[in-house]
Amino acid sequence: MLLIHCPYCEEDRSELEFRWAGEAHIARPENIAAITDEEFAEYFFLRNNEKGLTYERWRHIHGCGRFFNAARDTVSDRFLMTYKAGLPKQPIPTAEETAAIAEEKTVETWEATEGDAR
Amino acid sequence: MADLGTATRALPLAGFHGGSSTVRLEAAPPAERISLRVRAEDVAALSGALGVDLPVKPKTSASANRRTALWLGPDEWLVIDESGTGVGNGLMQAAQNSGALHSAADVSHRNTAILVSGTGAAKAINAGCPQDLSLKEFPVGACSRTIFGKVEIVLLRTAEDAFRVEVWRSFSDYAFGLLSEGARDAAVKV
Repeated sequence: MLLIHCPYCEEDRSELEFRWAGEAHIARPENIAAITDEEFAEYFFLRNNEKGLTYERWRHIHGCGRFFNAARDTVSDRFLMTYKAGLPKQPIPTAEETAAIAEEKTVETWEATEGDAR
Repeated sequence: MADLGTATRALPLAGFHGGSSTVRLEAAPPAERISLRVRAEDVAALSGALGVDLPVKPKTSASANRRTALWLGPDEWLVIDESGTGVGNGLMQAAQNSGALHSAADVSHRNTAILVSGTGAAKAINAGCPQDLSLKEFPVGACSRTIFGKVEIVLLRTAEDAFRVEVWRSFSDYAFGLLSEGARDAAVKV
């Protein structure tokens, strides 16, 4: 079972208690009435859908109920870190830390074991 | 002349009982409950008015005068009053008397509770709940909103081998059923 660290409950909880809530750090334009349709579409509809490291919002909906931000690797589904909502984009863990996390090898993905996507 | 009916209030789980050789399941008596939202600066005022200190540490609860305050989130608590004073909700009144800014919703009849006790209590709950219920991680007095099977519950450990499971009334049938299965599994010797 995938464990996610909730920065408000200050402990690791089962993925069953969480919900994904879209890409993080999307700032609402200050002058939303003045921007063009294209700029609005960019802000409102278009998401990066990155492969690899991505910043996302998650919600501990069946726990404390709070939204928070997470840095996650979409290839391995591994959470690199989580931090409270409202904080600026946090630097990702250093290469050594990431390597240490990667060495745990608890999640086997098709890409990692058989595919040539990596 | 026909007798006029008298309305009596029945708990959603009235009459239910269950369990196994190691787990006892019973419906908790009626209680008053409020769902309380308070900002950090007003916590002291509400604690004073309710007569129980609202805990500010995650996964903890506090009890006083038959009232229990359960930490659900950084600004959210479930307060349960088991004194059974009858008509009205004393908790709502107490919160209002605090004079501090807060939001309180009377959820006395939205929730009902199942008391799970016995040596296999933690095992029975773990049949549908992913939390670590060892005494180290979930000591007496610990509480958490979590998931049980496909319904949300608020779990409170009242003793080493006793839990209170707060569940929405319309889900209580399901929760009791799954707990019964868990209780049966907890009694199986391996």
